[in-house]
Amino acid sequence: MQSKKNERLANPYNDDKVIAACSLFGCLDITGRNFSGEGVVQAIANMHNRGNGLGGGFAVYGLYPEHKDHYAFHIMYQSRDVKAETDVFLEEHFDIIEDEEMPTKHHHPITNPPLLWRYFLLPRTEPEFHDNHVVDKVLEINKESKGAYVFSSGKNMGVFKGVGYPEDIARFFKLDDYKGYLWTAHGRFPTNTPGWWGGAHPFNLLDWTVVHNGEISSYGINRRYLEAHGYPCTLQTDTEVMAYAVDLLMRKHRLPVETACKIFAPPFWSQIDQMGPEEQNMYRTIRQVYPSLLMNGPFTVIIARHGEMLGLTDRIRLRPLTAATRGNLLYLSSEEAAIRLISPDLDRVWTPNGGEPIIGRVGAQARAQPAEGPFTEVRRK
Amino acid sequence: MVRSGSGEVGQSLFEIDAKGLPYVDLNAKVRAAAASGAKKIILQNVCGQRYIGTRVYPYGPVEIEVYGTPGNDLGAFIDGHRITVYGNAQDGTGNTMNSGEIVVHGRAGDILGMSMRGGEIYVRDSVGYRVGIHMKEFGSKCPVLVIGGTAQDFLGEYAAGGIVILLGLHQDSTSPEHKMNFVGTGMHGGTLYIRGELRPQQLGKQVTISEVDEQDQQTLDRYISKYAAHFNLPKKQLADSGNFKKIQPTTKRPYGHLYTH
Amino acid sequence: MKSYSLPDFLIERDDSRCIRCRVCERQCGWNVHSYDAEEDKMVHNEQDCAGCQRCAVFCPTKALIVRPHPYGYRPNANWTKDYLSDLKKQAETGSILLTGMGNDKSFPIYWDHLVLNASQVTNPSIDPLREPMELRTYLGRKPDRIEVLEDGTLKTVLAPQIKLETPILFSAMSYGAISFQAMESLARAATEFGTMFNTGEGGLPRSLRKYGKNAVVQCASGRFGVDLEYLNTGAVVEIKIGQGAKPGIGGHLPGKKVTDAISETRMIPAGTDALSPAPHHDIYSIEDLSMLIHALKEATNYEKPISVKIAAVHNAAAIASGIVRAGADIVAIDGLRGSTGAAPKSIRDNVGIPIELALAAVDTRLRQEGIRNQASIIAAGGFRCSSDIVKAIALGADAVYIGTPALIAMGCTVCQKCYSGICNWGICTTNPYLSKRLNPNIASRRLTNLLNAWSHEMKEMLGGMGVNAIESLRGNRLHLRGVGLQEWELEVLGVRGAGR
Repeated sequence: MQSKKNERLANPYNDDKVIAACSLFGCLDITGRNFSGEGVVQAIANMHNRGNGLGGGFAVYGLYPEHKDHYAFHIMYQSRDVKAETDVFLEEHFDIIEDEEMPTKHHHPITNPPLLWRYFLLPRTEPEFHDNHVVDKVLEINKESKGAYVFSSGKNMGVFKGVGYPEDIARFFKLDDYKGYLWTAHGRFPTNTPGWWGGAHPFNLLDWTVVHNGEISSYGINRRYLEAHGYPCTLQTDTEVMAYAVDLLMRKHRLPVETACKIFAPPFWSQIDQMGPEEQNMYRTIRQVYPSLLMNGPFTVIIARHGEMLGLTDRIRLRPLTAATRGNLLYLSSEEAAIRLISPDLDRVWTPNGGEPIIGRVGAQARAQPAEGPFTEVRRK
Repeated sequence: MVRSGSGEVGQSLFEIDAKGLPYVDLNAKVRAAAASGAKKIILQNVCGQRYIGTRVYPYGPVEIEVYGTPGNDLGAFIDGHRITVYGNAQDGTGNTMNSGEIVVHGRAGDILGMSMRGGEIYVRDSVGYRVGIHMKEFGSKCPVLVIGGTAQDFLGEYAAGGIVILLGLHQDSTSPEHKMNFVGTGMHGGTLYIRGELRPQQLGKQVTISEVDEQDQQTLDRYISKYAAHFNLPKKQLADSGNFKKIQPTTKRPYGHLYTH
Repeated sequence: MKSYSLPDFLIERDDSRCIRCRVCERQCGWNVHSYDAEEDKMVHNEQDCAGCQRCAVFCPTKALIVRPHPYGYRPNANWTKDYLSDLKKQAETGSILLTGMGNDKSFPIYWDHLVLNASQVTNPSIDPLREPMELRTYLGRKPDRIEVLEDGTLKTVLAPQIKLETPILFSAMSYGAISFQAMESLARAATEFGTMFNTGEGGLPRSLRKYGKNAVVQCASGRFGVDLEYLNTGAVVEIKIGQGAKPGIGGHLPGKKVTDAISETRMIPAGTDALSPAPHHDIYSIEDLSMLIHALKEATNYEKPISVKIAAVHNAAAIASGIVRAGADIVAIDGLRGSTGAAPKSIRDNVGIPIELALAAVDTRLRQEGIRNQASIIAAGGFRCSSDIVKAIALGADAVYIGTPALIAMGCTVCQKCYSGICNWGICTTNPYLSKRLNPNIASRRLTNLLNAWSHEMKEMLGGMGVNAIESLRGNRLHLRGVGLQEWELEVLGVRGAGR
């Protein structure tokens, strides 16, 4: 019975929301150079105790250079029949440049995986509508199709995820064979389901990925707001909501990432009241216009897209996040020990304040903390 | 006896290689070592293992040296042990600790010393959110936290007792700046001593800020000397306590008028 | 400010019976009664009367009647007397309404809509007075299967288990919320009967540690009285996340009850309000709960089952599943009608869901996921009699916590003034003048009598259903039928309508 349930791609119970918690890890090389994910897998495995083996996953950026102009779809299917139906749909809306079954390795703890297929696609629309077209079609498949689920849809990036501990998922998907300049990873602890493949993290849309730890207590209104703005939420997870919110604010509303972060985790009114008039106006307006996108309750997220990795916690830092740098690498992690495991000597290590984003960009220094951050070492006078 | 990757070094000195050991196994070895009479236990290559010291009961007290990065809840509930960390500590260090001493040669994460009942914790650098939350005190049993740098929000929240000292050494200044907010929210016992700039808006509503007096000075001197000795820093400069401010609850019953019936 | 409140109770004194013995005056902690020497007459001021009936019970000539005051505002189905009185108090103080005991609103009580089965003809009922009838229950994690070695001996070693002679435990009631004498009475009764009492979150006074083998010791967000000795003294360590009377908010022991002795066990200043934070500040997420569960397992060398108690809330089933997956050995669920020593009235009366629905949903979910054996379920909040308990066990509970019934057995009349520090019955008070009235020799006897009576009744009901071991009833919902319930309610409860 249980193994059957694991096959499911979607929430098996009709809970109003799926509750899950987790371990997170992210690593970006700001020179944009690809590296193997071996260390990332070790690091997330070091936080094994934070998950319960019911979800693990990775996002890798820069792994399909030979297809960098094509949208890479990773799709899970419950059956060959569903795949046949979905193929017809894809052929109708896309040129299929190449497709293949995703290479996987039979690995013991991973039981009953769905059929996993990878496509490289070009939308049949004018180039300026490509992104919208992809979003529309992905949401359509994920909402309408029973038994097909697109879990990765960006260019030159890919998500690999499923039910299992992240280290097992890595082996299952043979992640050794891939290289990327930006990796994020997730170990999941869902509270109420035996785990389902679609619910694992990272969650993806276009090249956005989100890994998330915590439970957003404002989920109900966040979801209603996004549904009213054209994002049907099918997974009942916080992570899905966070990904759509990022897409709405940054792609559709064209807001800078810093502003998006302040919408998710705005300052308290008592803090706003102490600001200068211009800043006050900015934050007051943010809270007046986007009250339904305040992400209230404990969360840490690592959001990534090409060239950028962002770590953010809720405004009273109810979930942990440690940042560190070493040479060209920016690390984000739920626990410092995971970073130390693969990089014992660090240039800097610190825990950001609640609601203050850590942003790493290719070609820029990890921008985060003022030079005199709270975690500068005490001087030996 | 402790086996594999660990060895009895002297009659009462044990060394355990923690590399790759799950915390359950590591802590079982530490317990076994203490049960067999160890006085000092050195843990090498610690990386994320939780609850170090917690399982050493009713044995000890022992001295535990940790090399590496210990996991969450280091020294949770401990009674009398002395733990020294050569590295950074994560969240939950000294959680509900009863007595003993924890010395961290680096920084420590969130909820350091949560609900601490006694003993002392020294952190060389800075600390995270909600440090010293709901510390307790009764009679002569008074927990003490000494932090070299600064802290993040909600320092001393709900405190019912204890002493927290923030030396403000994260900046080269006689009056270093602290950025944390909501300091001492809901405090109804205990004392925070903070060296450096702190605006009234950064404090919780239930506390009052005042100057240190003679007796405070003695308290500060005592613990700053210990801090200096632990981290081998010159005490004279550290002890320049002229800029310390004292933060205490305005009343021991801050919510006395909150309810009717 | 002049109070516009009317008294809640009316006192009628039959002067022809009154012998001026002044018992009523001495018994009343509210100072309602007094003696007028000039007139040689007992007089009273009922404004402060809590209606606890202490004076009426102890009046040797039964000269007193205390009953709800007939004073009334103009009858109004919307603006009832309760709403008017509460609102006036708040207008006079600007404060949060505090109350005690459990939700007293008329939410449906599902126990009264469930009926039990009995054997007739096709299988025999059993006479429990003359035939074996087993109530013994073990709480703790059970494996999926056992393993037997080739020589036939057992290989499997079970995780720590606790033995109960009846599936009834005393609910968490903390030292400070209740008197030392009340706690001692509970401890002695539990020990004598072979069940458990629960320390609540205020620690365990040293002189009661000898009852540790029958104690569930709590570790709540305030961590009052929690050290290694305490944790290792108890038979079970329970993490209190929530309480049915006040889901989502922390504990609150009013400063008036924080005497020197309470100050010592809790390590907080005397006279302060003992506030437990709403969350455990080391638990903001399910993996943090797992961390505390394992911290407590480490602290007790994996020798004690760890229980996690939550309030029954909307997603109780999903949350319970997470708690089991986080490593808990026992899940305790406290329903909407669970009691408290002090809670904001707005919370007590409006937050949470009935235990019957929560229990059924949790048991169902854990079975669907194949993890029901990994933890025992204790249901709490709103049991009034043995048949309620039998029904809970049929819905899927391993055992139940009783709080209010234990208090009532000791003398409580559910006057709801527990937060005040004044309890004329000596139960919910730390005032030595009041608490010494509760004699642990007598109170523990009243408690064991109750356990005896209820256990007997449960055996009768089991016998009627034709089973002679409690496990044959546990989760056996075929022994239940619903009466007067809607389809969705029957579905959540997993029972058929009567006649089907």
